[in-house]
Order: sequence, then C-alpha cells, then structure tokens
Amino acid sequence: MSGELLSIEDLRVSFGTEDGLVLAVKGVSLTLAPGEILALCGESGSGKSVTAMSVPQLLPPSATVSGAVRLDGRDLLGLSTSELRELRGSDVSVVFQEPMTSLNPSFTVGFQITEMLHRHEKLSRRAARARAVELLELVGIPDPRRRLKEYPHQLSGGMRQRVMIAIAVACEPRILIADEPTTALDVTIQAGVLDVFRSLRDRLGTAIVLITHDLGVVADIADRVAVMYAGRVVEQADVTELFARPLHPYTRGLLGALPGAAHHDGAAHHDGGSEAGRDGTRRRRLREIPGMVPAPYDDPAACPFAPRCPVAADDCTAARPTLDPQPDDAGGGAHLAACFHPGVSTVEAADV
Amino acid sequence: MSDLLTVTDLVKHYPAGRGRAVRAVDGVSLTIGAGEVLGLVGESGSGKSTVGKCILRLTEPTSGRIVFDGTDVTHLSRRAMRSLRRDVHIVFQDPYSSLNPRFSVGQIVAEPLRQHRIASGRTAVDKVCEMLERVGLRAEMRHRYPHELSGGQRQRVGLARALVCGPKLVVADEPVSALDVSVQASVLNLLTDLQADLGFSCLFITHDLSVVEFLADRIAVMYLGGVVESGPREQIFTDPQHPYTRALLSAAPVPDPAAQRQRRRVVLSGDVPSPLAPPSGCRFHTRCPVAVDRCATEVPDLTPVRAPDHPVACHLVTEDSVPTLAQ
Repeated sequence: MSGELLSIEDLRVSFGTEDGLVLAVKGVSLTLAPGEILALCGESGSGKSVTAMSVPQLLPPSATVSGAVRLDGRDLLGLSTSELRELRGSDVSVVFQEPMTSLNPSFTVGFQITEMLHRHEKLSRRAARARAVELLELVGIPDPRRRLKEYPHQLSGGMRQRVMIAIAVACEPRILIADEPTTALDVTIQAGVLDVFRSLRDRLGTAIVLITHDLGVVADIADRVAVMYAGRVVEQADVTELFARPLHPYTRGLLGALPGAAHHDGAAHHDGGSEAGRDGTRRRRLREIPGMVPAPYDDPAACPFAPRCPVAADDCTAARPTLDPQPDDAGGGAHLAACFHPGVSTVEAADV
Repeated sequence: MSDLLTVTDLVKHYPAGRGRAVRAVDGVSLTIGAGEVLGLVGESGSGKSTVGKCILRLTEPTSGRIVFDGTDVTHLSRRAMRSLRRDVHIVFQDPYSSLNPRFSVGQIVAEPLRQHRIASGRTAVDKVCEMLERVGLRAEMRHRYPHELSGGQRQRVGLARALVCGPKLVVADEPVSALDVSVQASVLNLLTDLQADLGFSCLFITHDLSVVEFLADRIAVMYLGGVVESGPREQIFTDPQHPYTRALLSAAPVPDPAAQRQRRRVVLSGDVPSPLAPPSGCRFHTRCPVAVDRCATEVPDLTPVRAPDHPVACHLVTEDSVPTLAQ
C-alpha cells in the first residue's frame, strides 16, 4: 500500500505473569495512512490497547514484543530510550481513557501543556503560553487564558479530556492514539470530544488510532475498522462496508448484541435483530454470544472463536483461519476476514 | 395498573459546608406500577442514583414522600424498614465491589434469606441453588468466591441475591454498564426474562438510552436533580419533547455509519452546571439551544401537554408543536 504512515507487521506481545505467559497479541498486522482514522475495536482483553500502545512502546516492563512497528519505514521497536522520548509527543501521542488520572493534579493546566512545547519545540515561555492558548481554543475550551491557570480538579470531565487532547496534539503529532477517549464521558459531552478529533484530522491531518468498544462511536468517526478477538484482528474493512456487510461471525455477534440493534434501519439488521412483540409471552431478546473469551495462555491451531461460534464446522477446529481478502468486496477497500465460513447468516444456526 | 411505588416531591440535599448544599435531587415525583419497568435516564450528576438510594432509604431524603405498596415509608424506623427491605432489593453497577470477597457465592445469595429469617439450613441451600440456576449459573457455583468469577457471572450473582427473597421491587443501578457488550446482552436478556416470569417491578437506572429502549415500559429523563420528561417508552423515542431529551437522543451515536453521519445533532453548549447553585428558572436554560427570557425566571412544571401520560417540564412545548432545535 502506498503512502502509509505507520505499518505494524506480525506484532506479538506477551507478558510473563504468575499464572503463566499471557499471549496478549498474537500476530497483528495493520497499516495507517496519513489523516486516517482507524478504529481498533473489541471487548476487554482482546488486545486492542496493547496493540496500539506498542507504537509509542508504553507497555509494562514485563512485556516481550516481537514483529515490526514502522513509522515512515523506520522500525520503532529497536529505538533507544532517548529516541523513544523524542518520538513520544512529537510523532506519536496518546490520549488516555481517564482524564482525571492522566493529568498531574499538582500542576496547572498551562504548565502541563507548555511542558510539551518546551521539551519538543524549544519554545520560549511567552511563545509557549501563546501556543497553549491556541491549543485550548482548538479543542473548544472557552476562556482559555483563565483555564491555563487552573488545576485539573477545577475542570469538568469533558474539559479535562479536552485538555488531555490539547497536550497530546501540542506538537502536532502525525499519529494520535486515543484509548477509549470518551468512555468516561457523558454522551452529550462525548459528541463534542469526537468533533474535536474530527477537526484535528481535518485541520492538521493527524492520523488517529481510536481504541474503543463502542460501535456507535466507530460508526460516527472511523474511516476503517479492525475488529480484534483474542489477540488477533478477525475482520478489517472500510467502516461503511463493515457495518453493511459484516462477514466474521464475531463481528455479526457484536452488532446483534447491541440493545439498539433492533431499531436502526438497514445495516444492523443482518441477523434478524431482536424483533418480537414485547407484549404477551414473547419478549424482545438481544442476540447473545454464548460462552467466554478463551484464556490467553495458549494458542491452539484452531479458530479461537469456534467454541462460541454458531456456524463453526469441523474445519474450524482443525486449523486456524488467516486474515484474508474476501471476494465480492463492494467497499472498494480491502475487506479482510479470518473465517472459513464468512458471511454465513447466524440466524438459522442460532434460532432453530 | 395500580401503583406499587409513588414518590412525591422527593428532595435530597447534601450539606456542602458554609451553609451550602448540593441539591442532588430537587423535587422528583414518579410512580412505578406493579410489574412495570421504569427506566430512569440521565447523565452523571443528574441525581438518578440518589433517587434510587432514597427509595431504599440507603440515604435519608431531605423531604418528600415515598409510598411503597400503600405504606408511607419515608420516615419508617430502622426496625420497621426491615420488612420493607424484604420487598425492595438493589443490584449495583460494579460487580467487583458489591460482592463481599470473603463470602462464597452461596453465602452471598443466602444472606438475605438469613437476614429476613425466610429460610435456613437445607431449605436455604435449596433456595440458593434454585436461584443460581434461574440466573444461569450452575448450583455448584455456590462454593466459589467472587474473585473466581467473570464480570458477567458476578452480576448474575448480584441478581440472584436481589431476587432470592422474591421482592416486589428491584432497583437496578447501572447493572450492565461495567460489562462488555456481549455479556451485557446476556444479562439484559436474563433480566427481562426474570422480570416477565417473576413479575417484579423494576426501577432501572442508566445513562444508556439504548438499554432503556430495550427493556423499559416507561422512561423518566432526569437533568440536574429534576425529571424533565416522562412517558411510555415508544413516546419518548418517537415523540421526545423536552429539548434535553432530544439532545440526549441525538447525541447517542447509532451503530450505522450511513445513518449516523447524516443525523442532525443538537449540540449542547457548555457543561452541566453545579448542583451547588443550579440555574434559576428552568435548570436546563443555560445549555438549551432555544431558551427564551421566561426560562431563566420561571420554573416549568412537569405537566402533560401533548399526551396525558407524557408530562414534560418545558415552557416552549405546546399542544401543537415542540420547539425547533436548530443545529
């Protein structure tokens, strides 16, 4: 693919724990183009955060990482601590989920923003202050001059998250990694924060890796989506394509499990949704994904979703499907799925 | 439907020093019919959880009246509350902190039976096993401890504990918010099934509109300590009237890119004001895109305007029209 900014190739991350070796990421390959918003979605433990945090290498010391993470062709995994320090903040920046714990409570907002500018841009105090005001305006904080003198506890959750974003984009990074950036926020505040991301991309051309479990947020803002399950990408497609034609049974299961799925026209209906009269004996039901996520300790040569999959057949437990391009690709971009039986409706299988 | 619970003009102020008070709940009235699920929706700080706690008397209301099953329980003594607590149970949001880690699952679920002297010994064990199976856990699970369970399993234990006495009302405070979507689906299905089978009433407190759309019969929307609109589920979703309800509905993204990107969003300016000093008049007027002068001075009553069972607290909603919310 031409013009890619970031490429992750066969990334594997494991952690040594008391219970054994946890295989968090088991061979993930992804690319990110300049100005693209890529959503990494999946449930807890799917490896989405670990995958993304391997770019700035913000992983715990117990992590063992292999594969390649290339930014403009340069492999980041071999960088020294001081090279990484230059990379973080100026090329790759992170917005964390919890705006309260990721800001330092004992420094003013202004100090925390200008620290970045001193460090990476070598701006003077006066210039850094002026730039900080611009940044707070960029993320939609009213009265930025006054806010610079305030401490994090004086701000609301939405405002803190905006400050976090302002810090993250202070040096105009080319890649912004946002780890569940709106999960701790109310929906009316979330809408505004997503608008900030959109305008950053449009105005600064920032590429964004958005880690989220919220498919509504994905539908709202992402260009491309990678769905992760048990440490691997199981499906990847352009956002419209993915919601219109989810091929992997896990993706279909996730969309069917959404409480709102029954009420949105078109896309979310593939598996028949949860229609049924509310009155009388038939209650509305959500589609469940039976069973549990496999333990992360071993990696059998079988489809990891097979034990929970309504369409699993013998071949699914005999070998592990690879993430391959799918035929009848209507989206124009590559639609990849790791499944031997992609697109088979799960209704018949589940509702007999 | 006869009302099982009637809350009238409930107020809960928390003292905040220097004579000030956090006005967490400021005049909330609501009713829940027998076998009805009322979804209480609002964002953080709206006071929705405080309403739930007041109903259970886990916190003492400042004023107002709570009538449960014909008895005024607002000022019942602790002793008299014991019999009420047999009939009203709660399911908490966080399945990690709401189960005692030193108790086995069996002890946790048997605790209400023991407290209310409903069953003990062998009968209690039988009841516990039966209840565990009802919530989709194997009876052997009673020997396990909370740390051995997944989030979804813990929340099932929380449900079993709430239901084992056969309550008339269950207050469920964000019971699925901490769960992954696939686990959330199975807990929501379970809750609807149990509610249909056992017929308890439910106050379901949540910030998630799609969840109440799935399971509530009626919905009440709270903003900054007050109910701004309530009505049957279909009406709230097809004919939302209060500007806040409409902003809330439009802000929740739908999982469909084409539809989501075409939606017109009602953008609310600013943040939720502090409950220490809520705005005068209509509490929503500082963020309302269509507020007029009257909204800043005159408190709107929660009163039916367009449909008898669908009261709304907004000066601008009339019989023929709801205010147009421009982008």
